[in-house]
Amino acid sequence: MTSTFRYLPDTEEDQKEMLSFLNMASIDELFSDMPESIRLDGELSIPKAKSEPGLWKELQKLARRNMTASELPTFLGAGIYDHYIPSVVHHMISRSEFYTAYTPYQPEISQGELQAIFEFQTMVCELTGMDAANASMYDGFTALAEAASLAAAYTKRSKFIVSQAVHPEARTILNTTAAGPGYTAEEAILAGDITDLDALKQKMDSDTAAVIVQYPNFFGSIEDLKEINEIAKKQGAFLVVSANPLALGLLQPPGRLGADIVVGDMQPLGIPMAFGGPSCGYFAVTKKLMRKIPGRIVGQTTDEKGNRGFVLTLQAREQHIRRDKATSNICSNQALNALASAVCMTALGKTGLREMARLNFEKADYAAELFKQKGFPVLNNAPFFNEFIIELPRAAEDTQSRLIEHGFIGGFSLDSDYGQPNQMLVAVTEQRTKTEIDQFIEVMEGMGR
Amino acid sequence: MSNYNNLIFEISRPGRVGCSLPERDVDAVDLSEKLPAHLIREEAPELPEVSELQLVRHYTALSNKNHGVDNGFYPLGSCTMKYNPKINEDAARLDGFSRIHPYQPGETVQGALQLLYELQEDLAAITGMDAVTLQPSAGAQGEWTGLMMIKAYHEQKSEKRTKVLVPDSAHGTNPASAAAAGFRTVTIPSNEHGLVDVEELKKHVDDDTAALMLTNPNTLGLFEKDILDIAGIIHDAGGLLYYDGANANAILGKTTPGKMGFDVVHLNLHKTFTTPHGGGGPGAGPVGVHKKLIPFLPVPRIEKEDGKFVLKTNEPLSIGRVKGYYGNFGILVRAYTYIRTMGPAGLRQVSESAVLHANYLRKKIEPYFVSPYEQVSKHEFVLSGSKQKKLGVRTLDIAKRLLDFGYHPPTIYFPLNVEECLMIEPTETESKETLDAFAAAMIQIAKEAEENPDIVLNAPHTTVIGRLNEVKAARQPIVRCEKKKAQP
Repeated sequence: MTSTFRYLPDTEEDQKEMLSFLNMASIDELFSDMPESIRLDGELSIPKAKSEPGLWKELQKLARRNMTASELPTFLGAGIYDHYIPSVVHHMISRSEFYTAYTPYQPEISQGELQAIFEFQTMVCELTGMDAANASMYDGFTALAEAASLAAAYTKRSKFIVSQAVHPEARTILNTTAAGPGYTAEEAILAGDITDLDALKQKMDSDTAAVIVQYPNFFGSIEDLKEINEIAKKQGAFLVVSANPLALGLLQPPGRLGADIVVGDMQPLGIPMAFGGPSCGYFAVTKKLMRKIPGRIVGQTTDEKGNRGFVLTLQAREQHIRRDKATSNICSNQALNALASAVCMTALGKTGLREMARLNFEKADYAAELFKQKGFPVLNNAPFFNEFIIELPRAAEDTQSRLIEHGFIGGFSLDSDYGQPNQMLVAVTEQRTKTEIDQFIEVMEGMGR
Repeated sequence: MSNYNNLIFEISRPGRVGCSLPERDVDAVDLSEKLPAHLIREEAPELPEVSELQLVRHYTALSNKNHGVDNGFYPLGSCTMKYNPKINEDAARLDGFSRIHPYQPGETVQGALQLLYELQEDLAAITGMDAVTLQPSAGAQGEWTGLMMIKAYHEQKSEKRTKVLVPDSAHGTNPASAAAAGFRTVTIPSNEHGLVDVEELKKHVDDDTAALMLTNPNTLGLFEKDILDIAGIIHDAGGLLYYDGANANAILGKTTPGKMGFDVVHLNLHKTFTTPHGGGGPGAGPVGVHKKLIPFLPVPRIEKEDGKFVLKTNEPLSIGRVKGYYGNFGILVRAYTYIRTMGPAGLRQVSESAVLHANYLRKKIEPYFVSPYEQVSKHEFVLSGSKQKKLGVRTLDIAKRLLDFGYHPPTIYFPLNVEECLMIEPTETESKETLDAFAAAMIQIAKEAEENPDIVLNAPHTTVIGRLNEVKAARQPIVRCEKKKAQP
């Protein structure tokens, strides 16, 4: 018999030779240490194996049961966006020297990965205006929760004040995470589409570790970080900002406005929507916090001949050294997606990133003006980036279903998270053409009052 | 090309572009009319400016300085560096999986939800658990998710239990995750056979014990034969049993954590289920639970109702969300593809082969090193370099010398309870020829340590760079490229 499975090289002959070398008669002897009572009698109850072509057909069938942004122009954002991904991104991250490697524990044969991450860290610092960044986190939301933990540990305080204009999922994850060590997260209410600064001031006290805001916020509006930072610093609290990295092509970097920790999700830069994951969180800090960053960090050094090289560094913070005293339990990162983002940022370059950010700003502005003209109120009072709220004459969810029939994926309903059934958060990226925007609004108008 | 040593920033030249943005078809807007001046960025971030071919050459050159499973043998213990099938990659990149938004209406993503639902069912069967959440992004996040559920379970019974027991051979993430979940950890020593010391365990189990975290086979590659006794001790005291699935590659189709008495299980899909490690991630760490813990599972949950797949969020006892959206979907697609490729018979063969390979390789090389334990190995084994240490050759040196043979070294200095530890996991996807060649290299290095230690001590000799100064990197950290000096 030859082996049946293409990933398993052992022939019957191989198996015999190995068993005979071990002085064993059968494979069962290798499992003699498993008590009889815990052994499985029959087979696992999962579907039988499929051939490669047979499985491929099934996978395509499953994939076809989903409507994609390739077929329907999408105006859905709320944290995950349909952006241009240069073809080179896919090709570079498909180099299997990158994707079939593990964490670069052996720097001599991992210089490629290490250097790519070092460059990624540099790009994140450039975008955010911060001094140091790590090799990436699971996603923007968990990065935000880790930022809160760092703030609490550093300030020795236990309360966070988080704006309600921070992504609702980020806030629920923050609540789940805070429950572990017994921290509390209180919410700062909104004044329309931005954080209510008076309410924020009143919530501040000497136990506040951090004020947490999003930039642009969940509604696309651009919060005034300068004022928020002043409120935070008056009580000795950190300013933690979750920022859309693409928007930072246009907006003043949070590092210039007093932020202590800047986190966010790299998805807008080179990572497909993929039903929400895997994405890639980034985590950037000021110099004073460099030795407190969670996760992997790559540093520059030299070999014995003085050649420049890169290694994982500052590992004394990490779980494999510090175990229960580590700054975080995080072990892996999202290296391959960090690489995708780095390649994307390289392709875009200094001018491309700014131009892409501008296109988002301008197309969203165009769409919002057109909505207003057609009688749909736009509820953002503050300036917004590539997303805004419109008020509909009917439930947003109902509108969403009817838009699908017309060949569009509509925006995000603010019903379940904000109790506003008739409000829809509309995202307009550089991918949407003027024609698509015009038709989208025409269809909405055609639905009548 | 092999001498290429530039940072991307060093080949940048103002005015070059590597992208082609969509046409501008709306009017330009004057930012200063829309935004207050202090919120407008004055200088663009210093991103590199290169052409597309320059970009491709740069990253190709970097990839040439990297070793992955596709380049050669990678017996990194506890990491299960098996082959990452190509069809998995193609599947994840199908438009229908990669170009869908997590907030699309349910009826427009039935294929994605069906895949997730079926994967939940498969993983429940493989682990012997009653329900599975696919949300956690990685093993460590799975551990923490499991512990948060354990905490909620005890609190629901109005019990405040503060202690989590962890063997001394456990992965560092176990105690770190316990701390993140607000528990304190107590370390249980192993006995001279490399197994949990049951008598010692008994001394620490009481009504303050929330859980025991265990990897089985453990990180020494040994099956905890007394698992049923251990489970009994923990359960009798009202505690729960947590299964760290890092080593699940040894048990597929042979037994399940459920049969062993575990209540919560995480799996590392990037280990056992062939999703690529990606240079450190993304991975995925789904968690399975016994039915008594179902109420505490994270939301949203994927369920089947009247032939349709739906997301459920209204679960009052749930610990909440642990990760954005529905987990690392693209990774879950890959694992699903693998499980469908192998089926039940294939998965069983995976573990049988993995265990056969580990024992074969162990027997080939253990005469030349110190083999600390008698018991048959599972999918990996440990050796001690203590014999070589007496000759002045450390395990680190052996690892560096292996680089000259084109191998990624084993995990070294872990677990902590074995002196000069080498932890070797060959996996089932390697051929006997590869195992034989690796054994020959290990034997040669053992001989070199005796006869010509300098060649080992000065290794590696063939890599693009020599041993790097890690102390310097940590003392004076440089974690970003130097800022360009302003042009005069």
